[in-house]
Amino acid sequence: MSVFQLLYLVAAALFILALKWMSSPSTARRGVISGEVGMLLAVVGTLMRHEIVNYEWILIALLVGSAIGVPLAIFMPMTAVPQRTAISQACGAFASALIGTAEYYRLYPHGFTMGALAVEILLGFLTTTASLMAFGKLNEMLPGRPIVFKGQNFFNLGLLLAAVIIGVMLVVNPGNSFLFPIFVGLALVFGILLIIPIGGADMPTVIALLNSYAGLSACAMGFALDNKLLIISGALDGSSGFILSIIMCRAMNRSFTNVLFGGFGQLQTSTAGTEAKPVRSASPEEAAQILEDARSVVVIPGYGMAVAQAQHKIRELHDALTKKGVDVKFAIHPVAGRMPGHMNVLLAEADVPYDKLIEMEDINPELGMTDVALIVGANDIVNPAAENDPTSPIAGMPILAAYKARTVMIIKRGMSAGFAGIDNELYYRPNTLMLFGDAKSFVSSLVKEIGAAVHA
Amino acid sequence: MLAAFLGFELIRRVSPLLHTPLMSLTNAIASISVVGAILISGDKDATTLSRVLGFIAVVSATTNLVSGYLITDRMLKMFRKREPGKK
Repeated sequence: MSVFQLLYLVAAALFILALKWMSSPSTARRGVISGEVGMLLAVVGTLMRHEIVNYEWILIALLVGSAIGVPLAIFMPMTAVPQRTAISQACGAFASALIGTAEYYRLYPHGFTMGALAVEILLGFLTTTASLMAFGKLNEMLPGRPIVFKGQNFFNLGLLLAAVIIGVMLVVNPGNSFLFPIFVGLALVFGILLIIPIGGADMPTVIALLNSYAGLSACAMGFALDNKLLIISGALDGSSGFILSIIMCRAMNRSFTNVLFGGFGQLQTSTAGTEAKPVRSASPEEAAQILEDARSVVVIPGYGMAVAQAQHKIRELHDALTKKGVDVKFAIHPVAGRMPGHMNVLLAEADVPYDKLIEMEDINPELGMTDVALIVGANDIVNPAAENDPTSPIAGMPILAAYKARTVMIIKRGMSAGFAGIDNELYYRPNTLMLFGDAKSFVSSLVKEIGAAVHA
Repeated sequence: MLAAFLGFELIRRVSPLLHTPLMSLTNAIASISVVGAILISGDKDATTLSRVLGFIAVVSATTNLVSGYLITDRMLKMFRKREPGKK
């Protein structure tokens, strides 16, 4: 066994360890370091292979890539993590697609290799454009609402079918190089069309799924180039992305096909007579009073908190209330925000201790004994319709049972419906107080009120 | 196949608390394609086309790699900081 093969083996082992260590916050950073070392070994090992002769260009490329990557990582605000992941994914997928292309024009390979190559190229280009579209949606450069047109699913499937057929033709007869650009084009277009009908709230699932595609593409590349390290890490990545998207789907009680083909949210027109129902609202002073008198408070953050950048203020609120002896916890719904674990990262950025972040299954039994549930910019994930209205589009979706709390306070800019486009009956319950205003400024006035009371 | 199974088992045990860093880590691992990119562009008998494509591929894979690892680390640093702090 030559040196580079040994290094590859070690690198693969390090990747596996990296994922293993990611399972707990206390060992997670070790996991990242092990992943970094693994990657370093893989690159060094590759550079040492004797068929590599052309060093200058590789080094320049590595430097250019780092020069783009480092600022991307360091200057990106934490709220933009979903976007960054999407764009970074696009880069990775683009790389593997290009490699596939280069390999095709170099060798015109046959049989199995060509098959693997076709898979790699299809997934690579598809993921590139799909990730770019996801980036655009997350960054609000494109409308987050699903864009649908009649017969879209048929059109998309037809497109995919066409791409697959051309792919098969290329495998059968790789000499048909005029088909190749068509193949690439179809993959690119399919990537775009795949994402436009998917709405903002489904992005966590989609990003996880794209992650999986990028991994599978790398895995296919491993088969095409006969490189075991690529196969192993690609498969690791592919399966992890896949299982994450399954977790996300389950958290919304929706199937894969539903997310991919379901344009969600345009089904609904808001129910008539909405305006007639009375809601109770409260001023910051009143709300602060209720919070101070409570013994236990559960904060439920949603995408609205991320938009308003309210996480630091919420931590101040947490500190002020904790100082007064109030037990404050955070309830995290698996799909709150725009990517898996989005809320956790934001709250961690604001220095909220992570043992205060409680998962849905663990907090729900407690909510019945909670004095105040404070909902910040979340909507569908606390909508009781999911449990008691079988006709609701979100019926069956697991929710945080905020309505069980003695008092429910909802910070919201207005009465508009959430992403799913449905009314939330929680707003009209007698124990619900609506706190209208921007999440950030409202929470800071709450903090001010509570702080003032401490000094008085 | 084995790796896929292993990946499944490993990920299932990751707490949702860490899903975001996990995603960016696997994202960074996906940039293992840099290996393939180097192989293509550095090969002895690489054509100009494959060299150019390989070059671009190395650049974008490295971008993915570097930013992926750095941001994962940045995120985890935040999770870590107050471990000794408030119990």
